[in-house]
Amino acid sequence: MYRETQILKAVPSNIANDFDDNNEMIINVGPQHPSTHGVLHLVITLSGETIKNVEPHLGYIHRSIEKMCESLSYRQFIYVTSRMDYLSSHINNHGCALCVEKGLQIEVPARAKVIRVLMDELTRLASHQLWWGAMAMDVGALTPFFHAFRERETINDIMEETCGARLTMNYMVPGGVMVDLHPNFQTKTKEFIALFKSKIDEYDELVTGNIIFQNRMKDVGVLSKEDAISYGCTGPTARASSVSCDIRKLYPYEVYNQLQFDEVIETGGDCYSRYLVRMREMRQSLSIVEQLIDNIPEGEFQAKTKAVLKLPKGEFYSRIETARGEFGVYIISEGATTPYRIKFRSPGFSNLSALNHMAKGYKIGDLVAIMGSLDLVIPDIDR
Amino acid sequence: MLSLESITNSIHAWLNNTFNPTLALLLEFVIVGTCAIGLFTVLGLVLVLMERKVSAYMQIRLGPNRVGYGGSMQTLADTLKLAVKEGLTPDGADKFLFNLAPFIVIIISMLILAPIPFAKGFQIWDMNIGVLYVSAVSSVSVIGILMAGWASNNKYSLLGAMRSGAQIVSYELSAGLSILSIIVLTGSLKISDIIASQENGWWIFKGHIPAVIAFVIFIIAVTAETNRAPFDLAEAESELTAGFHTEYSGMKFALFFLAEYVNIFIACSLGAILFLGGWMPLHIGNWSGFNHIMDFIPSSIWFISKVFFLIFVIMWFRWTFPRLRVDQLLNLEWKYLLPISMFNLLLMTLVAIMGWHF
Repeated sequence: MYRETQILKAVPSNIANDFDDNNEMIINVGPQHPSTHGVLHLVITLSGETIKNVEPHLGYIHRSIEKMCESLSYRQFIYVTSRMDYLSSHINNHGCALCVEKGLQIEVPARAKVIRVLMDELTRLASHQLWWGAMAMDVGALTPFFHAFRERETINDIMEETCGARLTMNYMVPGGVMVDLHPNFQTKTKEFIALFKSKIDEYDELVTGNIIFQNRMKDVGVLSKEDAISYGCTGPTARASSVSCDIRKLYPYEVYNQLQFDEVIETGGDCYSRYLVRMREMRQSLSIVEQLIDNIPEGEFQAKTKAVLKLPKGEFYSRIETARGEFGVYIISEGATTPYRIKFRSPGFSNLSALNHMAKGYKIGDLVAIMGSLDLVIPDIDR
Repeated sequence: MLSLESITNSIHAWLNNTFNPTLALLLEFVIVGTCAIGLFTVLGLVLVLMERKVSAYMQIRLGPNRVGYGGSMQTLADTLKLAVKEGLTPDGADKFLFNLAPFIVIIISMLILAPIPFAKGFQIWDMNIGVLYVSAVSSVSVIGILMAGWASNNKYSLLGAMRSGAQIVSYELSAGLSILSIIVLTGSLKISDIIASQENGWWIFKGHIPAVIAFVIFIIAVTAETNRAPFDLAEAESELTAGFHTEYSGMKFALFFLAEYVNIFIACSLGAILFLGGWMPLHIGNWSGFNHIMDFIPSSIWFISKVFFLIFVIMWFRWTFPRLRVDQLLNLEWKYLLPISMFNLLLMTLVAIMGWHF
């Protein structure tokens, strides 16, 4: 049953009156707070510095994207999904395109498949880089943020040339990709691979090995395997709790089954494991990009599709691995040009739901570290 | 050679010859007060700019570069902006304490300036308990911070102030013990005596390993005492937005900000006085030629460069390390630093008694 929590009154009051009988204090973190990375509102019950309860409140950036999609055609609705998880917009678009292709049984050309995977992995790298900077910033080290952005900029430049945008790319369309790769794409990506291979070691040197950082992350926010499954956690969050859930391995799409890469799994379940999973995933993504960059097949970049797409009557579901976990697209079609109903399964929402379980009993500083390790993107949670 | 000592002496002599002693003393008060306030402002401006430039250098940015040459006037512009901003007092705050807190913090920083010798013979007040005075007065600033945190009627401020209270009180101990280990060697609390005892070598070189340990502990402890990262839990931007000064704006915020930087300066100058010989030039044994050249560098430059080196180290900490958690912070002090510095003090006493130091 939904219960409205006690959100503090806006009228001026004395702090002393805000303590309840158990000497617990209720404090609002957000919607404007430096470490919620967006407009997330957490109502925290504190006893001293120790967290007793965390209750996330959503709705501050709700744009009713699912409802909007119902009035958009099957070509148009994909563009809205870039605005959900804006750090993996390519992957969101890809997931939606996959679902439409599944419904229409469109065969995607080989070149488009490889381009899609390349873009997905570059997006994953960019997303993890930003997360790495933000994670370090959450635990108080401000410098890594700038180092992370320096490398992310290179990926953004690559994206800008091919897709014409740096954040919300809107590059994937049903049947392939919108335009062909820019002539510079291969050389620039190779340059990036060479650059980032040395930089990722620098990342490890600067942050991973730091004793303060390790103390802040180890044994903090422990999520057991059972809890990770029952909360529906996916992506690096679940893989850090030794749950095998990489969609790229379990339900391979595009060319993932022909690639050599490992599903990164850690067993700790704490913030440090989640950190390590993402760091190792970056190396895996780098290796995937390396495998594909010289093997982009020639041919069409887009399949021939009808001008107006109409999904047959029925229900369609596709899933894809974003930088944060499993992204699901569920379309109910009545056979019209627009979907009857669309539901997105966003990874961040399920991961956030485990926050209370993870943060209970830890300190405020740990809450920030836990939220950082979950890699929350609020527009993804709050569609 | 023109030195600051001769300037102060000539001013003193001239005032005493021209006016009667009481008036001369009053005039000296005014001159010293003006100089202290002027120094305070200049220090604030220079250190804020330095911090921004150092952080920019570490973060592959340029830092302020628009106002003045290389951004040198940026802090002045910022201060001007803060001065004309409205100093809000939130509803429900304890207005008297809320407005008093920044002044307490800034007054205490100014008080500690008194025994700091900026050059040979250039010192406001060379009292016989100099070092004790500095460590005693500096611990009062926690009252101002607690006051600010409580009076703001803001929970973030309250949490920040409580953290800061626990932190400053704890780290005072190991800072005090590492100061004591130098006092053991000098046998005097008077700052001019401490500096005079380092004429043929600084204590960090003369005092064997215990002096080095004391120096490291001292730097860690003062970083914590001045609420600087990685011990900036009182502010903890990502946790408590701005900690105890969340609700402050305008000039009241500027006073906190200024006091923070002046406190760093004072802590580092204390470190320079105790371990690096204050304004004493670097002398190596009996290399008389080398020593003679070093003597030519004015004592004020020696002092300022030592202090700024230490400040740079503390800034380096801030832009490199993540922040500790509150329980880890107290663990570090009570479980590691305090026992080590106690043992170190005993060791130092042994060194002093046996006369093993140079």
